[in-house]
Amino acid sequence: METCDTATHARIAEHAYRIRRYALQMGEVQGQGYVGQALGYADVLATAYCHAMNFKPEDPEWEGRDRFLLSHGHYAIAHYAALIEAGILPEEELETYGSDDSRLPMSGMATYTPGMEISGGSLGQGLPIAVGIALGLRLKGNPAFVYNSMSDGELDEGSTWEAALGAAHHGLANLICLVDINNQQADGPSSKVMGFEPLADKWAAFGWHVQRVNGNDLPAVIAAFDAARQLPDARPRVILVDTLMGKGVPFLETREKNHFIRVDPPEWQQAIEILDQAQGAAR
Amino acid sequence: MNATTKPRLKTSAMIASIASEGQRVKAAPFGHALVELARQRPEIVGLTADLAKYTDLHLFAQACPERFFQMGMAEQLLMASAGGMAKEGFVPFATTYAVFGTRRAFDFVHQVIAEENLNVKMCCALPGLTTGYGPSHQAAEDLALVRAIPGMTIVDPCDALDTEQAVPAIAAHKGPVYMRLLRGNVPLVLDEYDYKFELGKAKMLRDGRDVLVISSGILTMRALEVAKALQADSVDVGVLHVPTIKPLDTATIIAEASRSGRLVVVAENHTVIGGLGEAVATALLTAGITPPFRQIALPDAFLDAGALPTLHDRYGISTEAMIQTIKGWLG
Ligand SMILES: Cc1ncc(C[n+]2csc(CCOP(=O)(O)OP(=O)(O)O)c2C)c(N)n1
Ligand SMILES: [Mg+2]
Repeated sequence: METCDTATHARIAEHAYRIRRYALQMGEVQGQGYVGQALGYADVLATAYCHAMNFKPEDPEWEGRDRFLLSHGHYAIAHYAALIEAGILPEEELETYGSDDSRLPMSGMATYTPGMEISGGSLGQGLPIAVGIALGLRLKGNPAFVYNSMSDGELDEGSTWEAALGAAHHGLANLICLVDINNQQADGPSSKVMGFEPLADKWAAFGWHVQRVNGNDLPAVIAAFDAARQLPDARPRVILVDTLMGKGVPFLETREKNHFIRVDPPEWQQAIEILDQAQGAAR
Repeated sequence: MNATTKPRLKTSAMIASIASEGQRVKAAPFGHALVELARQRPEIVGLTADLAKYTDLHLFAQACPERFFQMGMAEQLLMASAGGMAKEGFVPFATTYAVFGTRRAFDFVHQVIAEENLNVKMCCALPGLTTGYGPSHQAAEDLALVRAIPGMTIVDPCDALDTEQAVPAIAAHKGPVYMRLLRGNVPLVLDEYDYKFELGKAKMLRDGRDVLVISSGILTMRALEVAKALQADSVDVGVLHVPTIKPLDTATIIAEASRSGRLVVVAENHTVIGGLGEAVATALLTAGITPPFRQIALPDAFLDAGALPTLHDRYGISTEAMIQTIKGWLG
């Protein structure tokens, strides 16, 4: 696989670091939140918002924007962090995360937050919506891409596979699906809850262009996004990213894996310091 | 938004208990009751859609691993496969959240389970407004949906005692049941009253001359608190608890509502549309009984996200809000 240049890598790594930092700050506000997922998925979000996607921060509803659908609404903490980093949300607002009357509810909602395209908490709805948006964009002659971001748990839902068939059937080359394979669901590891391997083969059999990369290997993620966008091919594209929950904070990476990672009050600041030190060293 | 001047409430989110601070609670009454029952009834099986831990079914999974089936986060598979197991003679208890058991899987519940009168017990957590996660997780209309299905038995328990007594009762009933599930640390209230859960029966928990509250689910708990509080204002509030929403105990409801001079208030953790309030209104009007009638229920609207206590206040189903509402009606 082609890899990106080192300058691009360093720039996106800086964005990913800041996304992780914002997510931890929001987690600290509530003393809880889906921070394990946010840390694991930050590299993908940084690549999407700070490398691949076309948008105007000051005009989140700009007609020409690439649409990013957060199907896994509980990843909102990660998405808000990315929206802050992208300049769509102001940084000050992160201290309202999950609080009453905030624009940043625990589960992402289109009616609450600029840049949040759908209300995704009922899992398995993003990809079918993305099919409709992709059809609509194509019909309008709008060259924008639609990204559907989803979790590995959503692979269990029939609606995901209905949409996978539909996207391939309609040759939706403007649809890019991102699947966060963190091997975690509510009841335990995805492999134990409902096995879905061999996953790349499944998507390929459904008629998709498939890439599977380590979602915490930034050059590989960047290259996968580039390939998905540039592919001269009438098929929808899926990027399967294997991620590590808690990535970037070793004591969270090794903590017992859970849908809700446990973080004790003093650990929030410790985690932020670890990120700061690592990023300082990388610079 | 200014964090220093504005007191910040934690969102109640997924892991909160509906118990108020200091309230007596019992842990996982559904899970423990099901494990106990399963020891005597080998035909009981448990199925979930990636929510065993969040519906207390993990206790059953630990106690009877060979009779527990993880269906993944696939609610249509959950309900349809539960129907299939029922056709083979098993008594499946299928758990998920109320929004997904009703809204996501509705046609499967309707066609697979109900139309053949299959013996599936759907036990669905986060009923009504019991999470601050916004409409995706708030099952404000679950009762309206399942009430519309012919032959469905519907149970809305008040507390831990109601829940644990309902489990063997719904297992003994032949046919589909939808039970609103209270999970985690569940308030314990009804042991203070001379009460026993009986499927299909409404029960007077306390008598009162001025107001008759007809309620189900956690709003019975609130109604009892309201009644205690209003005693101080010399307002005498009776509480009729209706844990079975369908079939409705119309005889008891009509008998109690016929006593003249009382304001009848139906209180439910559900939208004003299609729940206990409308069921009671229909029963009373049909019988020609027309007392002064009011509803305490969630508005016909997509509800906000936020902390659960805030939302219960905002939508008028907290104890304090109910007290003020009823006082206002009494004038
Ligand atoms: C349709 C639907 N069913 C069930 C749920 C409850 N739920 C919320 S998160 C979750 C786990 C799903 O797996 P995944 O998103 O991969 O979890 P994570 O990686 O965040 O731990 C479940 C079952 C839901 N939100 N939507
Ligand atoms: Mg996952």
